[in-house]
Amino acid sequence: MAKQRKAVALISGGLDSMLAARAVMEQGIHVEGINFFTGFCVEGHTHAIRRQDQHKQKRNSALWVAEQLDIPLHIVDIVEDYKDVVLNPRHGYGANLNPCLDCKVFMVDRARQWADEHGFDFIVTGEVVGQRPKSQRRETMPLIAAESGADDRLLRPLCARLLPPTLAEREGWVDRQRLYDFSGRSRKPQMALAAEFGFDEYSQPAGGCCFLTDPNYSLKLRDLWDHRPSRDYQLDDIMLLKIGRHLRPKPGFKLIVSREEGENNFLMGYRKQFVHLYCTSHPGPLVLVDGELPAEDEQLAARIVTRFGKSRDAGRADVELVRPGQPPRVLRVDTMSAADLPQSWYL
Amino acid sequence: MAEPTVVDARRLLCPMPVIRLQQAIAGLAPGDEVELLSTDPGSRRDVPAWCRVHRHEVLGCEERGDGVIVTRVRVVGR
Repeated sequence: MAKQRKAVALISGGLDSMLAARAVMEQGIHVEGINFFTGFCVEGHTHAIRRQDQHKQKRNSALWVAEQLDIPLHIVDIVEDYKDVVLNPRHGYGANLNPCLDCKVFMVDRARQWADEHGFDFIVTGEVVGQRPKSQRRETMPLIAAESGADDRLLRPLCARLLPPTLAEREGWVDRQRLYDFSGRSRKPQMALAAEFGFDEYSQPAGGCCFLTDPNYSLKLRDLWDHRPSRDYQLDDIMLLKIGRHLRPKPGFKLIVSREEGENNFLMGYRKQFVHLYCTSHPGPLVLVDGELPAEDEQLAARIVTRFGKSRDAGRADVELVRPGQPPRVLRVDTMSAADLPQSWYL
Repeated sequence: MAEPTVVDARRLLCPMPVIRLQQAIAGLAPGDEVELLSTDPGSRRDVPAWCRVHRHEVLGCEERGDGVIVTRVRVVGR
């Protein structure tokens, strides 16, 4: 009896990886999914936090895909190891701070390691030649296979017929003729294949799952790097970039202002770590201070706080300032007019 | 009967509660139980979904008065 061959499929939660996994399952391969948590995943976080987004789906797309495929999904925390990919991408960034090519190499490498540890024969991805300007080009396909160490154990079922045969095809574990030759940015072949497989619901195709592709997020991350001695970051740093308004009135500190109740509740969890302010005379948001707030700028920070609550037109307001480990102090300040708050402070 | 292994994933956003559960279960045997504490509303959906694809059994999922979601899982596995 032939040995049951096993493949680990990178599952992003999008359509392509779902189809790729299913394509090899159709050929009798045992498939398990792997999904990597980088900390930059758009997945559900802001939906979970923001009250106004409570109606939006909070499901984890990768898990949802695993359910549709009825395969186990292994979710791997790579936040620490991923820092080097973000900070020092050998192949550079894309349009924003997205190191897409290095990211793909890294993830395929990690999937290869997982496959080795768990006795899996090959790795499956949903890559399509020519679909992404940075990472999914004909020239990058062999580069990813080589630099990840996966080499010919990496099978891309959706475009396999456009690429040299891999181990799984040469060994007859999968029939190359039953794989596909998709290329380019058109989504029509994938949608047709989804219909053929009976998938009538799937996540928005092609990208959008990483904050590093977002221009505004990238701007805030770059600002963080520019104003710290080191570009190293913690998970909390990159999570907080997803939350609230960010204003930098001085190089040494910035303010994170919650925009609504859900964000306020989320930021409350950081009160023990951060200097924070909130208006006590009028309803208003919780504001965290990221960086060092010098005593001479306390009034400025408190006045900015008044701009974002019911106090904005009150003339005078009381703002409580809390430095962790110290008793709270109330600052009575003139409220800040719109004209006094330069747009250039907004990140 | 052995006490369940308690996994504290409060204040962690998804998928971290799932990852913490996954890490805990990796060291347990079939029949063992886990009590996962989480606060991310997304965990109400994600944790049972992860259990379904791994064939673990969700014994219950309820939100306490303090907003903590308690999910009890029995290790089964495929």
